[in-house]
Amino acid sequence: MKSFLKPSIFTLSLIPFIIITYKIFLNKLGPEPVKEITHFTGEWTLIFICLTLSMSPLKRFTNFKFWIKIRRILGLFVFFYATLHLLTYIVIDYRLDWSQIIDDVVKKKYIFVGFTAWLLLVPLVLTSSQRMMILLKKNWNKLHKLIYVIAIFGSLHFIWLSKTIFFKPLIYSLIILLLLLLRIRFKKTI
Amino acid sequence: MKKFKYSEITPENIYKNRRKFIKNLGLATGSMLLNQHLITSANANAKKEHKKLTEYRYITTYNNYYEFGTGKSDPVERSQKFKTKPWDITIDGEVENPITISMEEIIEMFPSEERIYKLRCVEGWSMVIPWNGFPLGKILKKVSPTNKAKFVKFTSVLDPEQMIGQRFPILDWPYKEGLRIDEAMHDLTILVTGLYGKKLPNQNGAPLRLMVPWKYGFKSSKAIVNIKLVEKMPTSSWMKASPKEYGFYSNVNPKVDHPRWSQATERVIGEGIISPRIPTTMFNGYGDEVANLYTGMDLKKYF
Ligand code: HEM
Repeated sequence: MKSFLKPSIFTLSLIPFIIITYKIFLNKLGPEPVKEITHFTGEWTLIFICLTLSMSPLKRFTNFKFWIKIRRILGLFVFFYATLHLLTYIVIDYRLDWSQIIDDVVKKKYIFVGFTAWLLLVPLVLTSSQRMMILLKKNWNKLHKLIYVIAIFGSLHFIWLSKTIFFKPLIYSLIILLLLLLRIRFKKTI
Repeated sequence: MKKFKYSEITPENIYKNRRKFIKNLGLATGSMLLNQHLITSANANAKKEHKKLTEYRYITTYNNYYEFGTGKSDPVERSQKFKTKPWDITIDGEVENPITISMEEIIEMFPSEERIYKLRCVEGWSMVIPWNGFPLGKILKKVSPTNKAKFVKFTSVLDPEQMIGQRFPILDWPYKEGLRIDEAMHDLTILVTGLYGKKLPNQNGAPLRLMVPWKYGFKSSKAIVNIKLVEKMPTSSWMKASPKEYGFYSNVNPKVDHPRWSQATERVIGEGIISPRIPTTMFNGYGDEVANLYTGMDLKKYF
């Protein structure tokens, strides 16, 4: 049973990737294909952020260790989808037009927070292994609190890129807010 | 100015074969097109794009119409039962002869012509759409605006029963938009009753919508019930939602960015994943016709 757990979570997490690949190759992306890929990968990044953030509250409520075990895989998939999202923007949308891209990162606040969120993911990925966890000890926990900042930046990114907050940006922001609030309560009771 | 009618030169069955249609359009009417206001822009790239009509299925399934929801496919999915009959439009305010007129009367009184216009959305995408309609100026002249009529205010229908989006404070409902009187009287500004030679689909703003091709798409109100001539500049729903982002004029302008995103380029709807963005042109390519409306105005200030 144990040995199946992680591979199944891994496979399940790949499903959005398989769907978008299928859509690309069968030309099923609709009227605005590039935006469709950007939105799809962006939304899945945010979903994986929410999933990752749900694990420790779930452990607390259910007392299953299971949740903490799959947390790392989910976290790595945040980076996977965020990177696909970033690459879509750089390679497919702006075709490596660096002056435009740098201009966007500096001038457009939604790109700026998105890009910052992606950068903040990098140290988390580099220190995601068991070995690093042991090596960094308490600092590991501190460092990985960055995911809260990433989550907030992710939802700000979504709010700022949308013409109105209704409804998806609002829904995701509320979910993230709730997941973060659960943590404040958590600490006080310990 | 002679208006180009694609159905005159293209047999009906060609709608079903877009590729052939475009080829015909390119070959048979290349020189004719040069006379058209739709390609007066100097930009060769834009000219090429203008010839490619966006497919009917994209025009009618990819819409921004927040009355029916904020998703692009919400309008087509949620508007099919929307009742557009009976439908009356009132034209009043600073006019000698205010009227209330039914859609049937409008269609009878104002014969529709075909106008192929490029539509540029503020979100950075564009379509080329064969509209059927008539110049707004024609109907405005009928009511004789007084000399106090400096602006025109358009109000769309308010019907939260039928329009689910209006049950939420997404925008200041009903949708309000406005034009300066000279913009409204301009020959390019039309009231639309159809597209691709068919009745205007509900998701595109049936039964009557505006189309102002040199402005961002949101200026072209859908499902209009009231046209009011006024003395003071009206506040549109988008101006009210975010005055720093949406100005009254909202002319397509690659040099004036939306505060949150660039307006320098656009994606052409219906193009594949490989095709690049195209540069956005001043006044959406209609500069020759409309630039004179804005001489001496600082378009960065009056965005
Ligand atoms: C953790 C990081 C990020 C998250 C969680 C995220 C999330 C999202 C989400 C949820 C959307 C909207 C999807 C939709 O409308 O359905 C989106 C759109 C977008 N994101 Fe990100 N994003 C991230 C990083 C980035 C980065 C690094 C870039 C580029 C430098 C970027 C560029 C964009 C663009 C261009 C759009 C589309 C905007 C439009 O509709 O015009 N994002 N992102």
